[in-house]
Amino acid sequence: MSSSTAPPSRELTGAGGEKPLELRTAAKTTLRQRLRRDKVLLWFAAPGMLLLIGFHYYPLLGNVIAFQDFLPWLGVRGSEWVGFANFDIIVNGDSAFLTALVNTLQITLVQVVFAFPAPIVLALLLNSLLSERLKRLVQNVLYLPHFLSWVVVVAVFQQFLGGGGMLNNMLRSNGWETLNIVGNPDAFIALLTSQVIWKDTGWATILFLAALAQIDHTLYEASSVDGAGRWRQMWHVTLPGLKGIIILLLILRLGDSLTVGFEQILLQQQAVGTEASEVLDTYVYNNGMAGGDWGTAAAVGLVKGIVGVILVLAANKAAHLAGEQGVYQK
Amino acid sequence: MSTLTTTRNPRRSKGPRLRDGQQIPNPAVRGLKGIVLIVLCAVVILPFIGIVSTSLAPQDQITDAGGFVLVPDGISWEAYRSVLNGGVVTQALIVSLGITAVGTALSLATTAMLAYALSRPALTGGRTMLILILGALLFSPGIIPTYLAVRQFQLIDTLAALVLPTAISAFNVVVMRSFFAGIPGELMDAARIDGAGEWQVFRWIALPLSKAVLAVIGLFYAVGYWNSFFSALLYINDVDKWPLQMVLRTYVVNGTALNSNDLGVTTTEALPAQPSIQMAILVLSILPIVIVYPFLQRHFSKGVLTGAVKG
Repeated sequence: MSSSTAPPSRELTGAGGEKPLELRTAAKTTLRQRLRRDKVLLWFAAPGMLLLIGFHYYPLLGNVIAFQDFLPWLGVRGSEWVGFANFDIIVNGDSAFLTALVNTLQITLVQVVFAFPAPIVLALLLNSLLSERLKRLVQNVLYLPHFLSWVVVVAVFQQFLGGGGMLNNMLRSNGWETLNIVGNPDAFIALLTSQVIWKDTGWATILFLAALAQIDHTLYEASSVDGAGRWRQMWHVTLPGLKGIIILLLILRLGDSLTVGFEQILLQQQAVGTEASEVLDTYVYNNGMAGGDWGTAAAVGLVKGIVGVILVLAANKAAHLAGEQGVYQK
Repeated sequence: MSTLTTTRNPRRSKGPRLRDGQQIPNPAVRGLKGIVLIVLCAVVILPFIGIVSTSLAPQDQITDAGGFVLVPDGISWEAYRSVLNGGVVTQALIVSLGITAVGTALSLATTAMLAYALSRPALTGGRTMLILILGALLFSPGIIPTYLAVRQFQLIDTLAALVLPTAISAFNVVVMRSFFAGIPGELMDAARIDGAGEWQVFRWIALPLSKAVLAVIGLFYAVGYWNSFFSALLYINDVDKWPLQMVLRTYVVNGTALNSNDLGVTTTEALPAQPSIQMAILVLSILPIVIVYPFLQRHFSKGVLTGAVKG
């Protein structure tokens, strides 16, 4: 539409801010002129930005109900303001809240120890395969579970490991003791972690494999000449090559310490009870959405969100101090 | 120097993948590796075989086996027939297919257009928009505030609630923007000199050159919509608007038995055993993923995503 007038001025200013010498007026375009020039592009951006602002930034305002005795039928305007009263359960350490917090941190710890290194080991194994075709075949099989929903994964685990599942049917028909895995509060964290490993280990290797492919081949040659065996090569060449990506992903994981498999846990909560399975996200959902205690739940959600951002920024800072790139640069 | 490595790795020239200096493991290690890989693949594949087999196994075999079959005696489509008879499952299947198709189209269109606009240098307000997008990656508004916004927009119990809140992914915008930014400027300039407007440049230059990234991101959006369960749990009370994942959760994970009313069966004939019905629902919810998977995996190796992650 405006293309007949727009291109010339775009070319001049579009050259990256260096003032075009021959036409000084073009550099001093007013906002109105620039809006006119970029009209089509701004229309391009509008629907996407509208969705982002509407469902990401606008809802942020809704966090004000953390300071209210919020009642849905009164709305944000009609509900009573209560200051920081909703934060009492965090400050005073309400027992249900503490259970959720402790469970969350426990699950994070177990998953960082067991689920986080799994793809690194798998990537090293895949990388050491001699046959490219075999490697690709195994990759394609192991990537698949990543694309299944949590509902499917939970259902699959139930069918195989549950009380009436295949494993226990087999044990029973042989006259052996059955294993109480699904629905057992004591085994809950182990179950969650094995589900995470089953679903995402294969997919998570993709980044490590990319990093492995970038390691300079001559390093292997040189170390071999110096008499390094396979294990010494792994320790002195391969692992240092993976250091950057491992630190990056560990930062992202630690920044997400307070978020542990919300959908996954919610789906299995009925079977094991809240004592073993309540985490911060399910606490917010169960108390707010399902329990009607909106203000408190929103307060917990808000604190969790703020602490989460601080954690990411702090972890990133730590990476910078350690001489790594981190998630972003300054 | 190189002769030394060659003698130590006599098979070096055979395997093109084998790097210089990386040594051949001994047969025992290689055998062990093979076993580990077979076990890993079996752990992933066996459940699928069990599910498909149970959904197709004849009724008496399921009853004999106590609910689970790994190798069916014969093939019976009974479970699928009853599930696709027009009841709850059929309805949910239609809803899921609908929101996946509409949602993916919407997401892909808005993401591509936003990313294209942001990839143009010196766009008015471009920096602000980019900061907003990167900020969205850093924090999320939380469950309750998002619910309140959806409620305020009058979207509760509408299918739009299953699409709009998750329609745009900031990450995908960033990925696609860096892709568009990598297209040589000369191509676009040439088109502009020939009188093409932004729309023409976008439609006839940027999009055709980005087919791979569009395919991957489109498929990721599609998988996301197909798999989404929590949006439905939050925003949809009306059973007629449930997507398949909600049905799966109710009747398979929570184990609520499907009666003939749920299945839309009017005759009094006996229903297939619950395990085979449940497995049939499970198969239906996995099937589309398995169908698009080969298209997806073609792009894995091209590094479309890994390259983007590294910026």
